Amino acid sequence: MLWNETDTTGWGRVHKAHGPVARPERASHLARLMQDNPAPAQGARRSYNDSALNDGGRAIDMTRIDKILHFDEASGVIEVEAGVRLGEILRLFGPRGWIPAVLPGTGFPTVGGAIAHDIHGKNHHVAGSFGQHVLSVTLIQPGGKRITASPTRNKTLFRATMGGIGQTGVIVSAKLQLAPTPGPNMRVISTRVEGFDEFLALLDASPHSYNVGWIDGTAKGASLGRGILEEAELADGDAPTAPTRGKPVPFDLPGLALSAPVVKLFNAAWWRKVPTEGKVQTMPIAAHLFPLDRLTDWNRLYGKRGFHQFQCVVPLAEAGVLREMLEQIARAGLASPLSVLKRMGPGRAGMLSFPSEGYTLAIDFPARVKAEALIDRLEAMAAEAGGRLYLGKDARASGETIKAMYPEWQAWAAEAAKADPEGVLITDLVRRLGLRDLA
Amino acid sequence: MTDTWIILGATSSMARAFARAVGERGNGVIVAGRDIDDLKALAGDLAARGAANATAMRFDARDAKSFEPILKAVALEAGNINVASFVGSMPNQDEIDTDPSLIDGVVVDNFTGPARFLAEIAPQLEARGGGSVVGVSSVAGDRGRIGNYVYGAAKAGFATYLSGLRNRLGRAGGHVVTVKPGFVDTSMTWGIEGMFLVAAPEKVAGDILKAVEKKKNVIYTPSFWWLIMTIIKLIPERVFKKLSI
Repeated sequence: MLWNETDTTGWGRVHKAHGPVARPERASHLARLMQDNPAPAQGARRSYNDSALNDGGRAIDMTRIDKILHFDEASGVIEVEAGVRLGEILRLFGPRGWIPAVLPGTGFPTVGGAIAHDIHGKNHHVAGSFGQHVLSVTLIQPGGKRITASPTRNKTLFRATMGGIGQTGVIVSAKLQLAPTPGPNMRVISTRVEGFDEFLALLDASPHSYNVGWIDGTAKGASLGRGILEEAELADGDAPTAPTRGKPVPFDLPGLALSAPVVKLFNAAWWRKVPTEGKVQTMPIAAHLFPLDRLTDWNRLYGKRGFHQFQCVVPLAEAGVLREMLEQIARAGLASPLSVLKRMGPGRAGMLSFPSEGYTLAIDFPARVKAEALIDRLEAMAAEAGGRLYLGKDARASGETIKAMYPEWQAWAAEAAKADPEGVLITDLVRRLGLRDLA
Repeated sequence: MTDTWIILGATSSMARAFARAVGERGNGVIVAGRDIDDLKALAGDLAARGAANATAMRFDARDAKSFEPILKAVALEAGNINVASFVGSMPNQDEIDTDPSLIDGVVVDNFTGPARFLAEIAPQLEARGGGSVVGVSSVAGDRGRIGNYVYGAAKAGFATYLSGLRNRLGRAGGHVVTVKPGFVDTSMTWGIEGMFLVAAPEKVAGDILKAVEKKKNVIYTPSFWWLIMTIIKLIPERVFKKLSI
């Protein structure tokens, strides 16, 4: 059957959509769909919010358009269809000395989704965003027109497509410059950090390529902002052992599983796991970068009602606002395990790209009224500090707030309108924020 | 010495997953089917994944003339020749009831087409004294059900054929694995109501490869389908004929 009448959700499972979804198995089927029944594309649906959803309308699931079209071992240039997952590229080519230049915190996202959200990783401060390593991208626009854009050809379209949340056409394939690696492993230095100011100082001074700070969002007072800093470099060594299959979370857990006392205990134990003198380990790249992939469907930990991930980036000079946010979060007692603090570089590839130079904080909250009110406050604080929210995550902000954070949004909307004059690629996210309402 | 795998019906997602599994182990792969553009792209994918070589060739179960070039191509290869047939088609039973002439095509696609190809390549396997054949039948072949008994009958015919071929090739050092998948997440089951316990094509491909390595004769994949089908086969016909499962 071509169309599967089905329910879909974003990763946070707060937003839901119902409608017919097609899942073409071949590029030719996709081309025909875009001629006859154009619809927005969805990849792994790892965006937390409604970015992949089209409630009441059609959608095209791209996960079976997943062929590697070409790989050049000498240059590390790879051409892949949009449904190829980033973890698959790492698995196949890591042992041969090449990995995706930018990898997020999970290996499941597709190349198409990575482009559409111009994703970033732990190495953003040195490598920039995903789109900065895209040599060219091929789109099919509604009606079936095929068009290729690169940093030198169809430049505006290229900048509107990197981070362009799928509105300039369905991404069919892309040519990527992979990054060389001396081996399939990472050498990871873990350090206990006692508080927020020390965290910033360590992040500022770190000479390493892959950095992430795990923050205990439940710690208050003198311990506010305590956590673990992980600094890593690609490393040689034996080939990684075959990745063990992920253990699924078999059902939606009751709310108790991530209640405040449980989270507090978990975070404290996590923090103490690293000895005071720190530790150094070598492990497969995926083991370090994708810590939660071993627990497939971990979003079910939050129960049926789902969860939100709040993520903002604020300019370097505004780090103080993050401390205020952490104070509010700790006081509310609503934080989930493992919040993330990171210093980002200026690298970004598109008009609606999230990254910009500064500090970014990401934190999960169960979808409850109290948490949502807190998120709204945090978002207002980010806006006031000249910060920005992430279109792959935010599920709460108003269109007005988002538009103020993305000054190029109108140029982007104009390019989207050129590619998709009838608006058939509009998703729930775009509709909610009114991002394509030019008037 | 590299072995060669011929994958018949290679455009399906189950076949694609299996082709990738054998390709990533460094085998040579011939991907055969009707959509040659898609197969060429698949051959490129397999080469990038580490297949010793990967070629796209035309194969149409309903056109025996398309068999010849494949038979000739592998005759030149050193090493063992292996064949995996994923060929099949499953029109709606209602459509068949309206137009019974569709039965002929279903039988060719699911049974006589691949059976004839296997019969034609069998002497090559016997001459080399080895090689494996994977024949994808279906749990639908275990019992005629109201919803798809023409498809089931063709798959049952193919399973019986594979049993005989196993007997024949076994004498020459070859081996035949009969595969009976349950519901697999392919285009055949996409959007069809009443699907449950649907398995990923990669899971099925992994099960098949394990069965080849362990020289299993008949496998259900995922394996719990053995239990389901054992129960279904035990239902007395006088009861079964009234059921619409």
